[in-house]
Amino acid sequence: MSEAIIQRLEATARQIRRHIIAMTHAAGSGHPGGSLSAADMVTALFFKEMRIDPQNPRWPDRDRFVLGKGHAAPVLYAALAERGFFPAEELKGLRQTGHFLQGHPDMKKVPGVDMSTGSLGQGLSAAVGMALGLRLDKKDARVWALLGDGELQEGQVWEAAMAAAHYKLDKLAIFIDDNGLQIDGPVKEVMSSYPIVDKFRAFGWNVIEIDGHAMPAILEAIERAKAATGRPTCIVAHTVKGKGVSFMEDQVGWHGTAPNAEEAAIALKELQ
Amino acid sequence: MMKKIATRDAYGRALARLGGEKADLVVLDADLAKSTKTIDFAKVYPERFFDMGIAEQNLMGTAAGLAAVGKIPFASTFAMFATGRAFEQIRNSIAYPKLNVKIAATHAGITVGEDGASHQTVEDIALMRVLPNMTVIVPADGPETEGAIRWAAEHEGPVYIRLGRLGVPVINDEESYRFTPGKAVTLRQGRDVSLIATGLMVSIALEAAAALAAEAIEAEVLNIHTIKPIDAESILDSAVRTGCVVTAEEHSVIGGLGSAVAEVLGEGQPVPLERVGLKDTFGESGKPDLLLKKYGLTAEAVADAARRAMARKG
Repeated sequence: MSEAIIQRLEATARQIRRHIIAMTHAAGSGHPGGSLSAADMVTALFFKEMRIDPQNPRWPDRDRFVLGKGHAAPVLYAALAERGFFPAEELKGLRQTGHFLQGHPDMKKVPGVDMSTGSLGQGLSAAVGMALGLRLDKKDARVWALLGDGELQEGQVWEAAMAAAHYKLDKLAIFIDDNGLQIDGPVKEVMSSYPIVDKFRAFGWNVIEIDGHAMPAILEAIERAKAATGRPTCIVAHTVKGKGVSFMEDQVGWHGTAPNAEEAAIALKELQ
Repeated sequence: MMKKIATRDAYGRALARLGGEKADLVVLDADLAKSTKTIDFAKVYPERFFDMGIAEQNLMGTAAGLAAVGKIPFASTFAMFATGRAFEQIRNSIAYPKLNVKIAATHAGITVGEDGASHQTVEDIALMRVLPNMTVIVPADGPETEGAIRWAAEHEGPVYIRLGRLGVPVINDEESYRFTPGKAVTLRQGRDVSLIATGLMVSIALEAAAALAAEAIEAEVLNIHTIKPIDAESILDSAVRTGCVVTAEEHSVIGGLGSAVAEVLGEGQPVPLERVGLKDTFGESGKPDLLLKKYGLTAEAVADAARRAMARKG
Protein backbone atom coordinates (compact mmCIF):
# COMPACT_ATOMS: atom_id res chain seq x y z
CA MET A 1 0.00 0.00 0.00
CA SER A 2 1.44 3.35 -0.96
CA GLU A 3 2.32 5.81 1.76
CA ALA A 4 0.22 8.45 0.03
CA ILE A 5 -2.93 6.36 0.26
CA ILE A 6 -2.28 5.62 3.94
CA GLN A 7 -1.79 9.30 4.67
CA ARG A 8 -4.92 10.25 2.77
CA LEU A 9 -6.96 7.69 4.75
CA GLU A 10 -5.48 8.84 8.05
CA ALA A 11 -6.42 12.40 7.22
CA THR A 12 -9.94 11.28 6.37
CA ALA A 13 -10.19 9.41 9.68
CA ARG A 14 -9.17 12.62 11.49
CA GLN A 15 -11.85 14.53 9.61
CA ILE A 16 -14.42 11.89 10.57
CA ARG A 17 -13.36 12.19 14.20
CA ARG A 18 -13.85 15.97 13.99
CA HIS A 19 -17.35 15.40 12.64
CA ILE A 20 -18.07 12.99 15.53
CA ILE A 21 -17.09 15.62 18.08
CA ALA A 22 -18.94 18.42 16.33
CA MET A 23 -22.17 16.52 15.80
CA THR A 24 -22.43 15.00 19.27
CA HIS A 25 -21.70 18.42 20.72
CA ALA A 26 -24.41 19.97 18.54
CA ALA A 27 -26.85 17.21 19.52
CA GLY A 28 -26.03 17.50 23.20
CA SER A 29 -26.19 13.70 23.34
CA GLY A 30 -24.87 10.65 21.54
CA HIS A 31 -21.98 8.23 21.75
CA PRO A 32 -18.58 9.72 20.98
CA GLY A 33 -16.38 7.09 22.68
CA GLY A 34 -17.31 4.07 20.58
CA SER A 35 -17.59 6.19 17.45
CA LEU A 36 -14.02 7.44 17.79
CA SER A 37 -12.70 3.92 18.40
CA ALA A 38 -14.28 2.68 15.17
CA ALA A 39 -13.25 5.63 12.98
CA ASP A 40 -10.18 4.07 11.35
CA MET A 41 -11.95 0.84 10.38
CA VAL A 42 -14.98 2.68 9.03
CA THR A 43 -12.70 5.00 7.06
CA ALA A 44 -10.82 2.08 5.51
CA LEU A 45 -14.10 0.49 4.42
CA PHE A 46 -15.88 3.57 3.10
CA PHE A 47 -12.90 5.32 1.51
CA LYS A 48 -10.82 2.45 0.22
CA GLU A 49 -12.63 -0.83 0.14
CA MET A 50 -16.35 -0.77 -0.42
CA ARG A 51 -17.95 -0.54 -3.83
CA ILE A 52 -20.69 1.99 -3.20
CA ASP A 53 -22.15 4.87 -5.17
CA PRO A 54 -23.27 8.01 -3.34
CA GLN A 55 -25.31 8.97 -6.41
CA ASN A 56 -27.12 5.65 -6.29
CA PRO A 57 -27.29 4.57 -2.65
CA ARG A 58 -29.58 1.63 -3.44
CA TRP A 59 -27.42 0.27 -6.27
CA PRO A 60 -28.24 -3.46 -6.05
CA ASP A 61 -24.65 -4.60 -6.70
CA ARG A 62 -23.11 -2.47 -3.95
CA ASP A 63 -21.20 -3.83 -0.99
CA ARG A 64 -23.19 -3.67 2.25
CA PHE A 65 -22.24 -2.34 5.65
CA VAL A 66 -24.08 -3.13 8.88
CA LEU A 67 -23.25 -1.23 12.04
CA GLY A 68 -24.08 -3.76 14.74
CA LYS A 69 -23.20 -1.30 17.47
CA GLY A 70 -25.74 1.17 16.20
CA HIS A 71 -25.05 3.68 18.95
CA ALA A 72 -21.85 4.49 17.05
CA ALA A 73 -24.11 6.07 14.42
CA PRO A 74 -22.00 9.29 14.40
CA VAL A 75 -19.03 7.51 12.81
CA LEU A 76 -21.27 6.05 10.11
CA TYR A 77 -23.04 9.33 9.43
CA ALA A 78 -19.71 11.17 9.27
CA ALA A 79 -18.34 8.63 6.77
CA LEU A 80 -21.48 8.81 4.62
CA ALA A 81 -21.41 12.61 4.61
CA GLU A 82 -17.70 12.75 3.74
CA ARG A 83 -18.30 10.17 1.03
CA GLY A 84 -20.98 12.37 -0.50
CA PHE A 85 -24.22 10.60 0.40
CA PHE A 86 -25.57 13.82 1.91
CA PRO A 87 -24.12 17.26 2.75
CA ALA A 88 -21.85 17.41 5.80
CA GLU A 89 -23.96 20.38 6.84
CA GLU A 90 -26.69 17.91 7.84
CA LEU A 91 -24.54 16.30 10.51
CA LYS A 92 -25.47 18.98 12.99
CA GLY A 93 -29.07 17.80 12.73
CA LEU A 94 -28.16 14.58 14.53
CA ARG A 95 -30.83 13.48 17.01
CA GLN A 96 -33.02 16.51 16.32
CA THR A 97 -36.78 16.08 15.99
CA GLY A 98 -37.76 15.88 12.34
CA HIS A 99 -34.22 15.37 11.11
CA PHE A 100 -33.27 12.22 9.20
CA LEU A 101 -30.19 11.48 11.30
CA GLN A 102 -31.79 9.41 14.05
CA GLY A 103 -29.96 8.50 17.25
CA HIS A 104 -29.38 5.04 15.81
CA PRO A 105 -29.11 4.22 12.07
CA ASP A 106 -32.39 4.11 10.14
CA MET A 107 -32.13 2.55 6.68
CA LYS A 108 -35.38 4.13 5.54
CA LYS A 109 -34.27 7.65 6.40
CA VAL A 110 -30.53 7.87 5.75
CA PRO A 111 -29.11 7.33 2.26
CA GLY A 112 -26.26 4.84 2.47
CA VAL A 113 -27.47 3.06 5.58
CA ASP A 114 -28.08 -0.56 4.60
CA MET A 115 -29.70 -1.79 7.82
CA SER A 116 -31.50 -0.20 10.74
CA THR A 117 -29.64 -1.12 13.90
CA GLY A 118 -29.28 -0.05 17.48
CA SER A 119 -30.67 -2.95 19.39
CA LEU A 120 -27.40 -4.73 20.06
CA GLY A 121 -26.87 -8.21 18.70
CA GLN A 122 -29.23 -7.94 15.73
CA GLY A 123 -26.85 -6.59 13.09
CA LEU A 124 -24.86 -9.73 12.39
CA SER A 125 -28.04 -11.71 11.68
CA ALA A 126 -29.05 -9.14 9.09
CA ALA A 127 -25.57 -9.34 7.56
CA VAL A 128 -25.95 -13.12 7.35
CA GLY A 129 -29.26 -12.70 5.53
CA MET A 130 -27.73 -10.19 3.14
CA ALA A 131 -24.81 -12.49 2.36
CA LEU A 132 -27.17 -15.42 1.75
CA GLY A 133 -29.40 -13.34 -0.52
CA LEU A 134 -26.53 -11.83 -2.52
CA ARG A 135 -25.05 -15.29 -3.01
CA LEU A 136 -28.38 -16.63 -4.28
CA ASP A 137 -28.33 -13.84 -6.85
CA LYS A 138 -24.72 -14.68 -7.74
CA LYS A 139 -23.66 -11.14 -6.98
CA ASP A 140 -20.05 -10.32 -6.34
CA ALA A 141 -20.94 -7.92 -3.52
CA ARG A 142 -19.46 -8.27 -0.03
CA VAL A 143 -21.08 -7.70 3.32
CA TRP A 144 -19.17 -5.94 6.10
CA ALA A 145 -20.32 -5.51 9.67
CA LEU A 146 -18.86 -3.82 12.70
CA LEU A 147 -19.71 -5.09 16.17
CA GLY A 148 -18.73 -3.98 19.63
CA ASP A 149 -16.97 -6.21 22.13
CA GLY A 150 -19.75 -5.56 24.63
CA GLU A 151 -22.27 -6.43 21.94
CA LEU A 152 -20.87 -9.95 21.88
CA GLN A 153 -22.70 -10.53 25.16
CA GLU A 154 -25.95 -10.80 23.22
CA GLY A 155 -26.73 -14.46 22.51
CA GLN A 156 -28.08 -13.68 19.07
CA VAL A 157 -24.55 -12.77 17.92
CA TRP A 158 -23.52 -16.38 18.45
CA GLU A 159 -26.60 -17.74 16.73
CA ALA A 160 -25.60 -15.62 13.74
CA ALA A 161 -21.92 -16.55 14.02
CA MET A 162 -22.92 -20.21 13.95
CA ALA A 163 -25.11 -19.68 10.88
CA ALA A 164 -22.48 -17.67 8.99
CA ALA A 165 -19.96 -20.48 9.36
CA HIS A 166 -22.55 -23.18 8.69
CA TYR A 167 -23.52 -21.53 5.42
CA LYS A 168 -19.86 -20.85 4.54
CA LEU A 169 -20.43 -17.15 3.97
CA ASP A 170 -17.00 -16.14 2.73
CA LYS A 171 -18.25 -12.83 1.35
CA LEU A 172 -19.10 -11.80 4.90
CA ALA A 173 -16.51 -10.22 7.15
CA ILE A 174 -16.87 -8.41 10.43
CA PHE A 175 -14.78 -6.11 12.56
CA ILE A 176 -14.98 -6.39 16.33
CA ASP A 177 -14.27 -2.98 17.82
CA ASP A 178 -12.49 -4.36 20.87
CA ASN A 179 -12.15 -1.18 22.91
CA GLY A 180 -12.64 -3.02 26.18
CA LEU A 181 -15.27 -0.71 27.68
CA GLN A 182 -19.04 -0.79 27.99
CA ILE A 183 -21.50 1.46 29.82
CA ASP A 184 -21.09 -0.07 33.25
CA GLY A 185 -17.31 -0.41 33.07
CA PRO A 186 -14.61 -2.61 31.55
CA VAL A 187 -16.02 -5.48 29.48
CA LYS A 188 -13.77 -7.84 31.46
CA GLU A 189 -15.49 -6.79 34.68
CA VAL A 190 -19.09 -6.40 33.55
CA MET A 191 -19.38 -9.63 31.56
CA SER A 192 -16.28 -10.83 29.84
CA SER A 193 -16.69 -11.54 26.13
CA TYR A 194 -13.10 -12.81 25.98
CA PRO A 195 -11.31 -14.63 24.52
CA ILE A 196 -12.94 -13.26 21.37
CA VAL A 197 -10.40 -14.73 18.96
CA ASP A 198 -10.78 -18.26 20.32
CA LYS A 199 -14.55 -18.05 20.34
CA PHE A 200 -14.88 -17.06 16.68
CA ARG A 201 -12.23 -19.58 15.70
CA ALA A 202 -14.16 -22.31 17.51
CA PHE A 203 -17.28 -21.23 15.64
CA GLY A 204 -15.46 -21.91 12.36
CA TRP A 205 -14.45 -18.40 11.35
CA ASN A 206 -11.25 -17.14 9.80
CA VAL A 207 -9.94 -14.85 12.54
CA ILE A 208 -7.45 -12.01 12.20
CA GLU A 209 -6.19 -9.92 15.10
CA ILE A 210 -4.98 -6.38 14.50
CA ASP A 211 -4.38 -2.95 15.97
CA GLY A 212 -7.60 -1.23 14.99
CA HIS A 213 -5.96 2.15 14.71
CA ALA A 214 -3.08 1.12 12.41
CA MET A 215 -4.33 1.90 8.90
CA PRO A 216 -1.88 -0.44 7.11
CA ALA A 217 -2.92 -3.30 9.41
CA ILE A 218 -6.61 -2.61 8.78
CA LEU A 219 -6.10 -2.57 5.01
CA GLU A 220 -4.08 -5.77 5.12
CA ALA A 221 -6.74 -7.50 7.24
CA ILE A 222 -9.38 -6.48 4.71
CA GLU A 223 -7.33 -8.09 1.93
CA ARG A 224 -6.89 -11.27 3.96
CA ALA A 225 -10.64 -11.37 4.66
CA LYS A 226 -11.33 -11.13 0.93
CA ALA A 227 -8.90 -13.96 0.23
CA ALA A 228 -10.63 -16.34 2.64
CA THR A 229 -12.72 -19.06 1.03
CA GLY A 230 -15.39 -21.24 2.53
CA ARG A 231 -15.74 -19.32 5.77
CA PRO A 232 -16.51 -15.85 7.08
CA THR A 233 -13.82 -13.63 8.53
CA CYS A 234 -13.70 -11.91 11.90
CA ILE A 235 -11.19 -9.12 12.35
CA VAL A 236 -10.65 -8.58 16.04
CA ALA A 237 -9.43 -5.00 16.22
CA HIS A 238 -7.84 -3.80 19.41
CA THR A 239 -8.87 -0.21 19.83
CA VAL A 240 -9.03 2.59 22.36
CA LYS A 241 -12.41 4.03 23.25
CA GLY A 242 -12.39 7.78 22.59
CA LYS A 243 -9.30 7.42 20.36
CA GLY A 244 -7.81 10.71 19.21
CA VAL A 245 -9.09 12.91 22.01
CA SER A 246 -6.72 12.83 24.98
CA PHE A 247 -9.29 13.28 27.72
CA MET A 248 -11.74 10.81 26.18
CA GLU A 249 -9.28 7.97 25.58
CA ASP A 250 -10.05 4.83 27.55
CA GLN A 251 -12.58 6.67 29.70
CA VAL A 252 -15.81 4.77 30.27
CA GLY A 253 -17.64 8.03 31.00
CA TRP A 254 -17.40 9.04 27.33
CA HIS A 255 -19.50 6.10 26.14
CA GLY A 256 -22.68 8.09 25.92
CA THR A 257 -21.83 11.64 26.93
CA ALA A 258 -21.57 14.54 24.50
CA PRO A 259 -18.78 17.09 24.85
CA ASN A 260 -19.76 20.59 25.92
CA ALA A 261 -18.52 23.63 24.00
CA GLU A 262 -15.23 23.88 25.86
CA GLU A 263 -14.51 20.15 25.61
CA ALA A 264 -15.47 20.11 21.93
CA ALA A 265 -13.08 22.99 21.21
CA ILE A 266 -10.18 21.20 22.90
CA ALA A 267 -11.02 17.95 21.13
CA LEU A 268 -11.26 19.60 17.71
CA LYS A 269 -7.90 21.26 18.29
CA GLU A 270 -6.32 17.92 19.14
CA LEU A 271 -7.78 16.42 16.00
CA GLN A 272 -6.27 19.02 13.66
CA MET B 1 -68.62 -34.77 7.97
CA MET B 2 -67.11 -31.62 6.56
CA LYS B 3 -63.70 -31.90 4.92
CA LYS B 4 -60.90 -30.85 7.26
CA ILE B 5 -57.41 -29.55 6.65
CA ALA B 6 -54.90 -27.89 8.94
CA THR B 7 -53.96 -24.37 7.91
CA ARG B 8 -50.29 -25.36 8.22
CA ASP B 9 -50.85 -28.01 5.52
CA ALA B 10 -52.39 -25.40 3.25
CA TYR B 11 -49.38 -23.18 3.98
CA GLY B 12 -46.87 -25.82 2.86
CA ARG B 13 -48.86 -26.45 -0.28
CA ALA B 14 -49.13 -22.74 -1.05
CA LEU B 15 -45.38 -22.22 -0.59
CA ALA B 16 -44.52 -25.06 -2.94
CA ARG B 17 -46.84 -23.59 -5.58
CA LEU B 18 -45.62 -20.03 -5.16
CA GLY B 19 -41.98 -21.08 -5.29
CA GLY B 20 -42.34 -21.79 -9.01
CA GLU B 21 -43.92 -18.42 -9.67
CA LYS B 22 -41.68 -16.22 -7.56
CA ALA B 23 -37.95 -16.66 -7.99
CA ASP B 24 -37.23 -14.29 -5.09
CA LEU B 25 -39.28 -16.23 -2.58
CA VAL B 26 -37.11 -17.87 0.09
CA VAL B 27 -38.15 -19.86 3.14
CA LEU B 28 -36.53 -20.09 6.56
CA ASP B 29 -37.32 -22.42 9.41
CA ALA B 30 -36.02 -23.18 12.88
CA ASP B 31 -35.66 -26.96 12.88
CA LEU B 32 -39.40 -27.52 12.52
CA ALA B 33 -39.78 -27.86 8.76
CA LYS B 34 -41.73 -31.11 9.01
CA SER B 35 -44.14 -29.61 11.52
CA THR B 36 -44.55 -26.19 9.92
CA LYS B 37 -44.77 -27.88 6.50
CA THR B 38 -42.08 -25.69 4.99
CA ILE B 39 -40.59 -29.08 4.07
CA ASP B 40 -42.98 -29.03 1.10
CA PHE B 41 -41.05 -26.05 -0.26
CA ALA B 42 -37.64 -27.33 0.84
CA LYS B 43 -38.10 -30.52 -1.19
CA VAL B 44 -38.74 -28.63 -4.41
CA TYR B 45 -36.45 -25.63 -3.92
CA PRO B 46 -33.67 -26.72 -1.58
CA GLU B 47 -31.36 -23.87 -2.64
CA ARG B 48 -33.94 -21.33 -1.50
CA PHE B 49 -34.66 -22.99 1.83
CA PHE B 50 -32.60 -22.18 4.92
CA ASP B 51 -32.88 -24.15 8.09
CA MET B 52 -31.51 -21.78 10.71
CA GLY B 53 -31.54 -24.33 13.48
CA ILE B 54 -33.02 -23.79 16.91
CA ALA B 55 -32.27 -20.07 16.91
CA GLU B 56 -35.36 -17.94 16.44
CA GLN B 57 -33.75 -14.56 17.02
CA ASN B 58 -31.27 -15.18 14.24
CA LEU B 59 -34.06 -16.64 12.10
CA MET B 60 -35.87 -13.30 12.17
CA GLY B 61 -32.71 -11.23 11.75
CA THR B 62 -31.55 -13.31 8.80
CA ALA B 63 -34.99 -12.96 7.21
CA ALA B 64 -34.64 -9.20 7.62
CA GLY B 65 -31.25 -9.27 5.88
CA LEU B 66 -32.63 -11.35 3.01
CA ALA B 67 -35.47 -8.86 2.60
CA ALA B 68 -32.97 -6.00 2.64
CA VAL B 69 -31.35 -7.43 -0.51
CA GLY B 70 -34.65 -7.94 -2.32
CA LYS B 71 -35.75 -11.42 -1.34
CA ILE B 72 -39.26 -12.33 -0.16
CA PRO B 73 -38.55 -14.38 2.96
CA PHE B 74 -41.15 -16.53 4.68
CA ALA B 75 -39.88 -17.21 8.20
CA SER B 76 -41.59 -20.06 9.98
CA THR B 77 -41.57 -21.70 13.35
CA PHE B 78 -44.09 -22.33 16.11
CA ALA B 79 -46.07 -19.17 16.88
CA MET B 80 -44.95 -19.20 20.49
CA PHE B 81 -41.27 -18.90 19.62
CA ALA B 82 -41.73 -16.75 16.53
CA THR B 83 -43.58 -13.99 18.32
CA GLY B 84 -42.48 -14.47 21.91
CA ARG B 85 -38.83 -15.37 21.79
CA ALA B 86 -38.01 -13.19 18.81
CA PHE B 87 -40.39 -10.32 19.54
CA GLU B 88 -37.76 -7.65 19.74
CA GLN B 89 -36.03 -8.91 16.61
CA ILE B 90 -39.35 -8.66 14.77
CA ARG B 91 -39.88 -5.18 16.19
CA ASN B 92 -36.47 -3.69 15.51
CA SER B 93 -35.15 -5.65 12.53
CA ILE B 94 -38.42 -6.17 10.61
CA ALA B 95 -41.31 -3.91 11.61
CA TYR B 96 -39.40 -0.69 12.28
CA PRO B 97 -37.48 -0.73 8.95
CA LYS B 98 -40.67 -2.09 7.29
CA LEU B 99 -38.80 -4.95 5.66
CA ASN B 100 -40.60 -7.37 3.38
CA VAL B 101 -40.62 -10.35 5.75
CA LYS B 102 -43.53 -12.77 6.08
CA ILE B 103 -43.75 -14.49 9.42
CA ALA B 104 -45.90 -17.58 8.97
CA ALA B 105 -46.21 -19.12 12.40
CA THR B 106 -47.83 -22.48 13.01
CA HIS B 107 -49.06 -24.31 16.12
CA ALA B 108 -50.78 -21.21 17.43
CA GLY B 109 -53.35 -21.33 20.19
CA ILE B 110 -54.19 -24.18 22.53
CA THR B 111 -54.97 -26.73 19.82
CA VAL B 112 -51.28 -27.60 19.57
CA GLY B 113 -52.55 -29.78 22.39
CA GLU B 114 -50.45 -32.20 24.35
CA ASP B 115 -47.25 -30.15 24.40
CA GLY B 116 -48.95 -27.89 26.90
CA ALA B 117 -48.65 -24.28 27.97
CA SER B 118 -45.00 -23.74 26.99
CA HIS B 119 -45.90 -24.40 23.35
CA GLN B 120 -49.36 -22.87 23.22
CA THR B 121 -49.41 -19.21 22.39
CA VAL B 122 -52.50 -17.25 23.26
CA GLU B 123 -50.68 -13.90 23.13
CA ASP B 124 -49.26 -13.73 19.60
CA ILE B 125 -52.06 -11.73 18.01
CA ALA B 126 -51.67 -9.12 20.74
CA LEU B 127 -47.89 -8.99 20.27
CA MET B 128 -48.04 -8.62 16.51
CA ARG B 129 -51.03 -6.28 16.45
CA VAL B 130 -49.24 -3.66 18.54
CA LEU B 131 -46.38 -3.32 16.05
CA PRO B 132 -46.54 -0.44 13.56
CA ASN B 133 -46.21 -1.54 9.90
CA MET B 134 -47.32 -5.11 10.72
CA THR B 135 -50.28 -6.74 8.99
CA VAL B 136 -51.85 -9.55 11.04
CA ILE B 137 -53.76 -12.35 9.35
CA VAL B 138 -55.51 -15.35 10.92
CA PRO B 139 -56.97 -17.60 8.22
CA ALA B 140 -60.05 -19.61 9.06
CA ASP B 141 -59.40 -22.58 6.78
CA GLY B 142 -57.24 -24.06 4.04
CA PRO B 143 -58.46 -22.03 1.05
CA GLU B 144 -58.19 -18.83 3.05
CA THR B 145 -54.65 -19.74 4.07
CA GLU B 146 -53.64 -20.27 0.46
CA GLY B 147 -55.19 -16.96 -0.51
CA ALA B 148 -53.50 -15.15 2.37
CA ILE B 149 -50.08 -16.63 1.60
CA ARG B 150 -50.42 -15.68 -2.06
CA TRP B 151 -51.42 -12.14 -1.11
CA ALA B 152 -48.60 -11.84 1.42
CA ALA B 153 -46.05 -12.82 -1.22
CA GLU B 154 -47.31 -9.99 -3.44
CA HIS B 155 -47.64 -7.39 -0.69
CA GLU B 156 -44.60 -5.24 0.11
CA GLY B 157 -44.11 -5.11 3.87
CA PRO B 158 -44.13 -7.20 7.04
CA VAL B 159 -46.98 -9.69 7.48
CA TYR B 160 -47.77 -12.05 10.35
CA ILE B 161 -49.86 -15.09 9.44
CA ARG B 162 -51.17 -17.23 12.30
CA LEU B 163 -51.61 -20.90 11.46
CA GLY B 164 -52.75 -23.98 13.35
CA ARG B 165 -51.70 -27.56 13.82
CA LEU B 166 -55.18 -29.04 14.01
CA GLY B 167 -57.30 -29.93 11.01
CA VAL B 168 -60.18 -27.45 10.69
CA PRO B 169 -63.32 -27.60 8.52
CA VAL B 170 -63.04 -26.15 5.02
CA ILE B 171 -65.71 -23.46 4.95
CA ASN B 172 -64.60 -21.57 1.85
CA ASP B 173 -64.80 -22.91 -1.68
CA GLU B 174 -61.40 -24.13 -2.80
CA GLU B 175 -61.91 -23.04 -6.40
CA SER B 176 -63.67 -19.73 -6.10
CA TYR B 177 -62.46 -18.21 -2.82
CA ARG B 178 -60.61 -14.92 -3.21
CA PHE B 179 -58.74 -13.49 -0.22
CA THR B 180 -59.27 -9.76 0.16
CA PRO B 181 -56.95 -8.33 2.82
CA GLY B 182 -58.55 -6.20 5.49
CA LYS B 183 -62.08 -7.16 4.45
CA ALA B 184 -64.36 -9.07 6.77
CA VAL B 185 -66.26 -11.95 5.19
CA THR B 186 -69.95 -12.11 6.08
CA LEU B 187 -70.68 -15.82 6.17
CA ARG B 188 -74.21 -15.54 7.44
CA GLN B 189 -76.59 -12.65 7.76
CA GLY B 190 -78.75 -12.02 10.80
CA ARG B 191 -80.43 -9.24 12.72
CA ASP B 192 -80.20 -10.32 16.38
CA VAL B 193 -76.51 -10.64 17.22
CA SER B 194 -73.15 -10.36 15.47
CA LEU B 195 -70.76 -13.26 15.93
CA ILE B 196 -67.33 -11.94 15.01
CA ALA B 197 -64.74 -14.70 14.87
CA THR B 198 -61.25 -15.44 13.65
CA GLY B 199 -59.24 -18.56 12.83
CA LEU B 200 -60.67 -21.90 13.84
CA MET B 201 -63.40 -20.15 15.85
CA VAL B 202 -65.05 -19.09 12.58
CA SER B 203 -66.40 -22.56 11.88
CA ILE B 204 -67.39 -22.87 15.53
CA ALA B 205 -69.26 -19.56 15.31
CA LEU B 206 -71.10 -20.91 12.27
CA GLU B 207 -72.12 -23.94 14.34
CA ALA B 208 -73.31 -21.63 17.09
CA ALA B 209 -75.33 -19.61 14.59
CA ALA B 210 -77.01 -22.77 13.36
CA ALA B 211 -77.89 -23.75 16.93
CA LEU B 212 -79.26 -20.27 17.65
CA ALA B 213 -81.36 -20.40 14.48
CA ALA B 214 -83.21 -23.36 15.99
CA GLU B 215 -84.31 -20.95 18.74
CA ALA B 216 -85.33 -18.37 16.12
CA ILE B 217 -82.30 -16.21 16.92
CA GLU B 218 -80.79 -14.85 13.73
CA ALA B 219 -77.05 -14.48 14.22
CA GLU B 220 -74.79 -12.73 11.76
CA VAL B 221 -71.38 -14.36 11.36
CA LEU B 222 -68.33 -12.33 10.36
CA ASN B 223 -64.99 -13.87 9.61
CA ILE B 224 -62.25 -11.40 10.54
CA HIS B 225 -59.24 -12.98 8.81
CA THR B 226 -57.30 -9.72 8.93
CA ILE B 227 -56.96 -8.58 12.52
CA LYS B 228 -54.87 -5.62 11.44
CA PRO B 229 -55.81 -3.48 9.68
CA ILE B 230 -59.23 -4.43 10.99
CA ASP B 231 -62.38 -3.89 8.95
CA ALA B 232 -64.00 -1.35 11.28
CA GLU B 233 -66.63 -0.47 8.72
CA SER B 234 -68.05 -4.00 8.48
CA ILE B 235 -67.92 -4.46 12.25
CA LEU B 236 -69.75 -1.19 12.92
CA ASP B 237 -72.23 -1.83 10.17
CA SER B 238 -73.08 -5.22 11.63
CA ALA B 239 -73.22 -3.89 15.21
CA VAL B 240 -75.63 -1.12 14.17
CA ARG B 241 -77.98 -3.67 12.61
CA THR B 242 -77.86 -6.34 15.34
CA GLY B 243 -77.24 -4.18 18.41
CA CYS B 244 -74.88 -6.60 20.16
CA VAL B 245 -71.64 -8.42 19.46
CA VAL B 246 -69.81 -11.61 20.44
CA THR B 247 -66.16 -12.11 19.55
CA ALA B 248 -64.59 -15.56 19.38
CA GLU B 249 -60.89 -16.39 19.17
CA GLU B 250 -58.44 -19.10 20.17
CA HIS B 251 -56.37 -16.46 21.96
CA SER B 252 -56.46 -14.47 25.14
CA VAL B 253 -59.40 -12.08 25.29
CA ILE B 254 -56.77 -9.51 26.26
CA GLY B 255 -55.12 -7.92 23.26
CA GLY B 256 -56.49 -10.05 20.45
CA LEU B 257 -59.62 -9.95 18.28
CA GLY B 258 -61.88 -9.22 21.26
CA SER B 259 -59.84 -6.21 22.22
CA ALA B 260 -59.59 -5.01 18.62
CA VAL B 261 -63.37 -5.21 18.19
CA ALA B 262 -63.90 -3.53 21.58
CA GLU B 263 -61.74 -0.64 20.38
CA VAL B 264 -63.77 -0.31 17.19
CA LEU B 265 -67.11 -0.48 19.02
CA GLY B 266 -65.98 1.79 21.84
CA GLU B 267 -64.99 4.49 19.41
CA GLY B 268 -67.78 4.03 16.89
CA GLN B 269 -70.85 2.25 18.16
CA PRO B 270 -70.88 1.16 21.80
CA VAL B 271 -73.08 -1.94 22.04
CA PRO B 272 -73.06 -4.89 24.46
CA LEU B 273 -69.99 -7.04 23.79
CA GLU B 274 -69.17 -10.53 25.04
CA ARG B 275 -65.71 -11.95 24.38
CA VAL B 276 -65.14 -15.66 23.95
CA GLY B 277 -61.49 -16.65 24.31
CA LEU B 278 -58.98 -17.56 26.98
CA LYS B 279 -59.79 -15.59 30.10
CA ASP B 280 -56.35 -14.43 31.16
CA THR B 281 -55.04 -17.94 31.59
CA PHE B 282 -52.36 -20.23 30.18
CA GLY B 283 -53.43 -23.50 28.62
CA GLU B 284 -52.43 -27.04 29.60
CA SER B 285 -51.68 -30.41 28.03
CA GLY B 286 -54.48 -32.41 26.52
CA LYS B 287 -56.33 -33.38 23.38
CA PRO B 288 -57.26 -30.33 21.33
CA ASP B 289 -61.01 -30.95 21.39
CA LEU B 290 -61.00 -31.43 25.15
CA LEU B 291 -58.96 -28.26 25.61
CA LEU B 292 -61.38 -26.29 23.44
CA LYS B 293 -64.16 -27.54 25.70
CA LYS B 294 -62.28 -26.84 28.91
CA TYR B 295 -61.46 -23.27 27.95
CA GLY B 296 -64.92 -22.50 26.63
CA LEU B 297 -64.12 -22.36 22.93
CA THR B 298 -67.18 -24.28 21.74
CA ALA B 299 -70.34 -23.60 19.76
CA GLU B 300 -72.33 -23.87 23.00
CA ALA B 301 -70.12 -21.27 24.69
CA VAL B 302 -70.46 -18.90 21.72
CA ALA B 303 -74.24 -19.40 21.70
CA ASP B 304 -74.39 -18.72 25.45
CA ALA B 305 -72.38 -15.56 24.94
CA ALA B 306 -74.81 -14.53 22.19
CA ARG B 307 -77.77 -14.96 24.55
CA ARG B 308 -75.97 -12.91 27.23
CA ALA B 309 -75.18 -10.17 24.74
CA MET B 310 -78.77 -10.07 23.51
CA ALA B 311 -80.06 -9.88 27.09
CA ARG B 312 -77.93 -6.78 27.64
CA LYS B 313 -79.45 -4.92 24.69
CA GLY B 314 -81.43 -1.87 25.78
